[in-house]
Amino acid sequence: MNLWNLFVSFAKVGVLTFGGGYAMIPILEREIVDKQGWASSEELMDYYAVGQCTPGVIAVNTATFIGRKVAGVPGGIVATAGVVFPSMVIITVIAGILSNFADIPAVQSAFAGIRVCVCVLIFNAVLKLWKAAVPDKATLVLAVLVFVLSFFLKPSPVVFVVFCAAAGILLTRLGVRGK
Amino acid sequence: MMLLLRLFWEFFKTGLFAVGGGMATLPFLYNISDSTGWFTHAQLADMIAVSESTPGPIGVNMATYVGFTTAGIPGAVVATVGLVTPSVIIILLIARVLASFRQNKYVDAAFYGLRPCSVGLIAAAGLLVVKIALFDFDLFHQTGRLLDVFNVKALVLAAVLLILTRGVKQLKKLHPVVFIAASAIIGILFSF
Repeated sequence: MNLWNLFVSFAKVGVLTFGGGYAMIPILEREIVDKQGWASSEELMDYYAVGQCTPGVIAVNTATFIGRKVAGVPGGIVATAGVVFPSMVIITVIAGILSNFADIPAVQSAFAGIRVCVCVLIFNAVLKLWKAAVPDKATLVLAVLVFVLSFFLKPSPVVFVVFCAAAGILLTRLGVRGK
Repeated sequence: MMLLLRLFWEFFKTGLFAVGGGMATLPFLYNISDSTGWFTHAQLADMIAVSESTPGPIGVNMATYVGFTTAGIPGAVVATVGLVTPSVIIILLIARVLASFRQNKYVDAAFYGLRPCSVGLIAAAGLLVVKIALFDFDLFHQTGRLLDVFNVKALVLAAVLLILTRGVKQLKKLHPVVFIAASAIIGILFSF
């Protein structure tokens, strides 16, 4: 019964999360803390914070944390399945419909307009992340270096992730951090 | 079958190395596009728009969409499962040692380096969208006229959107779907 509740609750969170990120916090707060009492607000913030700095989608990471707390490893898996389920259904339906209309000129014009908007949305996302991610000169150099090399050389992003994690540790040990 | 396995593997890698949420999967998706040819950069830009305007975490929406485009409904399921598998494993492991993980100085130092990395990667992926949305290099290659590089209508729309989303206080908090819908309508009206 607990597992079914977990699935339904996180499916709700999945449906109500528009765009992810911080938009998800009030919805989690209502469903998980207030209604179900599965975690306290503080625990939720902890999960969210760790979910942000571990690999993967933050919503999924947070769901796994809470699911595990409520019902062990199966709980973690079921909560994750719940949070991704609405996405899978909704996107599959939309993708199926759109692929039939993709050749219509009006649809192509609409998407050409939308792509312009996507540029602006990504730009805004980068600016927002920049504030938290680039506090000093060393991180400024890292960010610019990754940006330039990634755009021109197009290697697998894995290369940068591994290199930057190592650089972070090295720079901290060298005492460059915060200068 | 091979296609589904490859799809799982590509998204498993994405889930394992994309740090910093949904948008962080973007550079990986461009890399998948370049190395497999399953979908084009233009298709990817459209998928971003749809993923931002529909319910659900962006990263999951993107995976489902790419998976569906590549291999139908089985592809959608396999790509999404691939994306979340590393997360689930890592979180289940960390959950036992949550307090010490958060305070570990090596973890903290690694993320000091990973955050700017994420920003740089997302910015580079964003520039790829800019290249196809605001400029027209194909037309320039055909005509050789330098002015043809610029997609003027698109640049004007981008400038307006930028001012609206950054400069106007009341609009800043609006959901992206509002701007996406408005851009679609403008795209149709002015035949972009």
